Amino acid sequence: MKAKQRPLSPFMIGPYYKPQMTSLMSIAHRLSGVFLSLLGAPLLLWWIMAVGAGPEAYGSLLAFFGGLLGRLLLAASMLALFYHLFNGIRHLVWDSGRALDIRSAYTAGWLVLIATVLATAVMLGRLL
Amino acid sequence: MSMTNPLARARGHGSAKEGVRHWFAQRATAVFLIFLVGWLGYAAFALADADYAAARAFMGHPFNAALLILLVITVLYHGMLGLQVVVEDYVHHPAAEITLHFLIRAGAYLGMALGVVNILIIALGA
Repeated sequence: MKAKQRPLSPFMIGPYYKPQMTSLMSIAHRLSGVFLSLLGAPLLLWWIMAVGAGPEAYGSLLAFFGGLLGRLLLAASMLALFYHLFNGIRHLVWDSGRALDIRSAYTAGWLVLIATVLATAVMLGRLL
Repeated sequence: MSMTNPLARARGHGSAKEGVRHWFAQRATAVFLIFLVGWLGYAAFALADADYAAARAFMGHPFNAALLILLVITVLYHGMLGLQVVVEDYVHHPAAEITLHFLIRAGAYLGMALGVVNILIIALGA
């Protein structure tokens, strides 16, 4: 027996809705989290292990982060870290039941984006 | 009519007042991480142009070593919970899902062990 075709509500990202800040920032929160878990955390561990291993290992770590790939990875990690941090606070406020109306969601969204750009710029200005 | 004991049917199928455990652990670690990542930002800022000796001295300080151990454990646990939810949401092939859950946990616990051992080596000056 073939299942009856039931109407489904369209997925938030795709051809049915125009892009919204709320849905895009939500998926970006997940993407930045996955990026930080798979790449950011290993970089943190590499830093700790290089200091534990000795001056040579630390030297090759510094050489890597001085190169193009290293700088790109560092910049992407800082961007993902600050975005996930600030947007995570936005999510925690929502979880407490506050600021759930559309206007607050957008205001907080803009605050998160501005804070992310500022913090990333300051940090990369120091690190790169 | 089913011959199964009703209790056997109820067990192991989710919420028995444990439903919010995973959700709550994710939020609790998130709150810890606001402070720990703030501290990490300060550490990265302070150590940006540090040589090896300065970096080692910073990590070897008991207070910094303790915070770094807390950070490594909390960040990997938070990441593990997050990846787990992503796999649950998007991976619908049972064998792949179980394999990924296993790999995520193995990776997180391995990372915690590596991080803690190395920080202790640095802090104890071995």
